[in-house]
Amino acid sequence: MLHEHAKLLSLLKGTGEVVGRKKLQKMVYIAKKMNQPFREKYQFHMYGPYSEELTLQMEEMCQADFIGEVREKKGGYYQYRYEIAAKGEEFLEAVRLPEGTVNENLLRRLNDSSSKFLELVSTVLYFEHLPKEEIKAKIEKLKARQNYSAEDIEEAFSYIESLRNSH
Amino acid sequence: MSEQYGEREREKKQRKGITRMNRPDGQLEEEKVFKDPVHRYIHVRDQLIWDLIGTREFQRLRRIRQLGTTYLTFHGAEHTRFNHSLGVYEIMRRMVENLEKKMTWETDERLICLAAALLHDVGHGPFSHSFEKVFDTDHEEWTRRIILGDTEINEVLSRMGGNFPEHVADVIAKTYENKLIVSLISSQIDADRMDYLLRDAFYTGVSYGQFDMERILRVMRPMEDQAVFKHSGMHAVEDYIMSRYQMYWQVYFHPVTRSAEVILSKILHRAKKLLAEGYDFQQTPKHFLSLFESTMTLEEYIRLDESIIFYYFQAWEQEEDAILRDLCRRFMDRRLFKYVECDPSKQMLIWPELQRLFTAAGIDPDYYLVIDSSSDLPYDFYRPGEKDERMPIHLLMPDGSLRELSRESDVVEAISGKKRTDHKLYFPEDLLLDQKEYGEEKRRILSLLHDQEGM
Repeated sequence: MLHEHAKLLSLLKGTGEVVGRKKLQKMVYIAKKMNQPFREKYQFHMYGPYSEELTLQMEEMCQADFIGEVREKKGGYYQYRYEIAAKGEEFLEAVRLPEGTVNENLLRRLNDSSSKFLELVSTVLYFEHLPKEEIKAKIEKLKARQNYSAEDIEEAFSYIESLRNSH
Repeated sequence: MSEQYGEREREKKQRKGITRMNRPDGQLEEEKVFKDPVHRYIHVRDQLIWDLIGTREFQRLRRIRQLGTTYLTFHGAEHTRFNHSLGVYEIMRRMVENLEKKMTWETDERLICLAAALLHDVGHGPFSHSFEKVFDTDHEEWTRRIILGDTEINEVLSRMGGNFPEHVADVIAKTYENKLIVSLISSQIDADRMDYLLRDAFYTGVSYGQFDMERILRVMRPMEDQAVFKHSGMHAVEDYIMSRYQMYWQVYFHPVTRSAEVILSKILHRAKKLLAEGYDFQQTPKHFLSLFESTMTLEEYIRLDESIIFYYFQAWEQEEDAILRDLCRRFMDRRLFKYVECDPSKQMLIWPELQRLFTAAGIDPDYYLVIDSSSDLPYDFYRPGEKDERMPIHLLMPDGSLRELSRESDVVEAISGKKRTDHKLYFPEDLLLDQKEYGEEKRRILSLLHDQEGM
């Protein structure tokens, strides 16, 4: 019964509010790479790994009133905030995911990072199969506009390592 | 065994003289054409493209239908990924021809574009959507492996020298540094979508889904990150968005097709489970044992096609396992599940009772009670721009500025705001109507299901 949706609800319950669609996209991607049980399919897009399936699941849950979505104007664009709603809590209760299905500590830690940094981390993870120097070259070419510094990239590598070690 | 096979193939090709050229970016002596019902003719002038079409990995696409189980709803939908791939190549060829007049290209990039268009779906397997869900595989990963691995395609691409195969794989994976090129093959309005919308409309026989592709190609203008469209061509782009909308609801999201897809994926689930439990198959699925065990090699993957799947499904109609046998019969004989509309918040209230009743009536709810959601499908609507998400379609205004399509077009704005989600609950109505046994439970199930729909 909509188990993939339930996992996302469980994520939101664990983290509290998530600000920004991009942030949520990257959190789920990174969690998936950390062997969390998310099944959404990802492809590389303008802003790193992106899952259309995840976007649709969130839309479905907004329409079912399982989650609250607040749209706010920010400069020339809109930003979205997500939170689990009462109906979503009830649904999650009814699905009864096994205890510890998602790792709340990991997800909270991701939620504490900035969306721009998570974009970098998820891009590094996307090219993980390549040697480190090639990953750096990819980021320079594909993420030129984000202006990540060499230190940012190093920080992303050590962040990934520490995620792996502590969870 | 795979090595021997590869050698045999190579010998055959050498006999035919296919490998005689070192760098096949030359033109063929005479242009070749394929007759095509959608684009009339598909023109091939480059030796590279001609050789790629001749590879066994590309020819395999003839044995994989473009629309999976849709043929069970629209009997015309028998077209294959081979037709579609040639179609995408032809659109890309026309795009490149138009764009070449407006910008300069790096020498190799024209062929990188054409090869990427032709090969973008080469990693698709039979009924890949269901397969990927059940076995957690990814056709895009297989596409990459076919392009970069020990294959005839890689052999042909490698003759171009340098990193040509990597470049082609990067364009398809959207990780190529020239974003304009990536956008021609995958964006909100690209060669892939334009071909499948027109082709799927043609083969399913539906009368909507048409748009003026010629006009769209003429008003396309290259920019740094993507192609944009002259404002004067907006109505052609509107038609394209309408076509996407219509095809989504009428064809791709058709509830009967989804029912067949649900059964197909339950067959795979059942077979996977039986195999894990050591069940003694009369017909062991040796062609996809390694897929079940996640150890599939490239050579094994290339050998998979729809005929293999149908072979097993037919054989399993005689299996002792009642669930596998029944599901295969349903799929082969098109005795599909019925459905009711489902509201997730109402459904959660009756779910535990439904599960209990199904089990009490001897019908395993894991296989016979299934929710299918819009997010389970690999198709989408056009969504206007949202920061940090997908790149929207931009119009080029007479003053040189760019405007997002839905801000200029009332038609697009109207359908962009529409409800795009839907859930259906699938179940075997025939089993529930047969009330010789467990009549009480079955009547209660039917009444819960129909209440769910507000009937």
